[in-house]
Amino acid sequence: MSDVNENKLSQTQIEELAEHLENAELQAYEVTKITDDYPDMTYKDAFDIQWEIRRRKEARGNKIVGMKMGLTSWAKMSQMGVEHPCYGFLADYFTVPDGGEIKHDELIHPKIEAELAFVTKAPLKGPGIHIGDVLRATDFVMPAVEVIDSRYKDFKFDLKSVIADNSSSTRFITGGRMADVADLDLKTLGVVMEINGEVVEVGAGAAVLGHPASSVAMLANMLGERGEELPAGSFVMIGAITAAVQVNKGDSFCVRYQDLGTISGKFV
Amino acid sequence: MNKEQILLCGDELYEAMTQRHTLRPFTERFTDITIEDAYAISLRMIERRVAAGEKIIGKKIGLTSKAVQNMLKVGQPDFGFLTDAMAYSEGQEMPISEKLMQPKAEGEIAFILKKDLLGPGITNADVLAATDCVLPCFEVVDSRIENWNIKIQDTVADNASCGLFILGDKAVDPRKVDLSTCGMVVEKNGSIISTGAGAAALGSPVNCVTWLANTLGHFGIPLKAGEVILSGSLVPLEPVQAGDFMSVSIGGIGSASVRFV
Repeated sequence: MSDVNENKLSQTQIEELAEHLENAELQAYEVTKITDDYPDMTYKDAFDIQWEIRRRKEARGNKIVGMKMGLTSWAKMSQMGVEHPCYGFLADYFTVPDGGEIKHDELIHPKIEAELAFVTKAPLKGPGIHIGDVLRATDFVMPAVEVIDSRYKDFKFDLKSVIADNSSSTRFITGGRMADVADLDLKTLGVVMEINGEVVEVGAGAAVLGHPASSVAMLANMLGERGEELPAGSFVMIGAITAAVQVNKGDSFCVRYQDLGTISGKFV
Repeated sequence: MNKEQILLCGDELYEAMTQRHTLRPFTERFTDITIEDAYAISLRMIERRVAAGEKIIGKKIGLTSKAVQNMLKVGQPDFGFLTDAMAYSEGQEMPISEKLMQPKAEGEIAFILKKDLLGPGITNADVLAATDCVLPCFEVVDSRIENWNIKIQDTVADNASCGLFILGDKAVDPRKVDLSTCGMVVEKNGSIISTGAGAAALGSPVNCVTWLANTLGHFGIPLKAGEVILSGSLVPLEPVQAGDFMSVSIGGIGSASVRFV
């Protein structure tokens, strides 16, 4: 990514765009992608908008409970027409219990993705973080399902617009079985996504940047570009192993993970 | 189709395979061809191979993915016969440029049986109890029909588009692996090209073998102890050519690799 250190938007414009996108999230309505109106905005601007949304939530008393990577699989990058992964944050009210209900009306056009989550026990600070560093710093991994919901019309965006929109983050469910990374073959770990009892997507860990841990390494390195780190105890979702699947009100889902159990939920 | 036409088509397929030329789809030449006719043709083709000295060592199940079934507008898989002439071992070069015409590789799980299975009435529990081990496998399918322009009857007649296959060296007890969730990663010339999981084949590779045992049971044909059963692809088919190198890794089972020449 070029222009990560340069702003083309003013601080006022960044704050206005953050409010604009956060309102769309909180009130569940679509907006046009922001690069239509600000074609010159930079990656730095895009991340600054995301971090401003995060600041707004924290100022309101919300807690940040984890991070997520997005667009980390070839399936997802080709589905969305972008060429680089991105990250977002997870706020406390994004969490849904395993087997729980997700209110479809609170969202715009949600899709679900089968993912894995890493929970760390040591800080990771880029640049230069590699898979080995991530595995050493990992306390355990566990299954996770992410609900994504782009605030952009028809789920169509470019990379800068999606970064500003907190990488489409909206809800997540974690559960199943925790496991030590030494006991798993993360590259070949299989996932099977079922909606209403029908298998809709299958995949294996290698779909995420060749190895799930490389997604966490990339996150640490991207955060390092802003002087930020992933502290010990971080919960990090690695991005979708399968393509994202659209869900409707009334749909129930179950994702089965090799050696890690299942996660299920329902859209009401 | 009458008996003579069936024999003729089986012979044409055998000659197309040995002389390496493709045929017009049977479904264009015989518009009323049934799936039963097609299986009868495949039996003639395999009879010719056995007469030429090949030995039947197992069976393969095809059309196990929903995507392929939808493409061919069918609601069920199909099957073909495996012979010793199709089998290659881990590390061996596979001479596709000499033996095949339009090869495509698919990653699968192979079952080796230790007991006979004779349907009907076979359940998944029977299949697991009769399975000695499972192995990683590349099947390289090929079509004797021009441009892979196949309908269900064409591929059934053509021995389920069977080509060659290679088994990995790692044999695993089926009770040690969840065959429905086990993941698959396929690499070609150093790049990961696809991933999948066991459930891609009819929900589970075990379901596929159970289907085959029950389907063959209607004809009184058992799956036999010692046979190799290829349970169906878990990833999309990949066209291959001489010079390509591929590997498949299956979570909890192992890997197989093949160099095409």
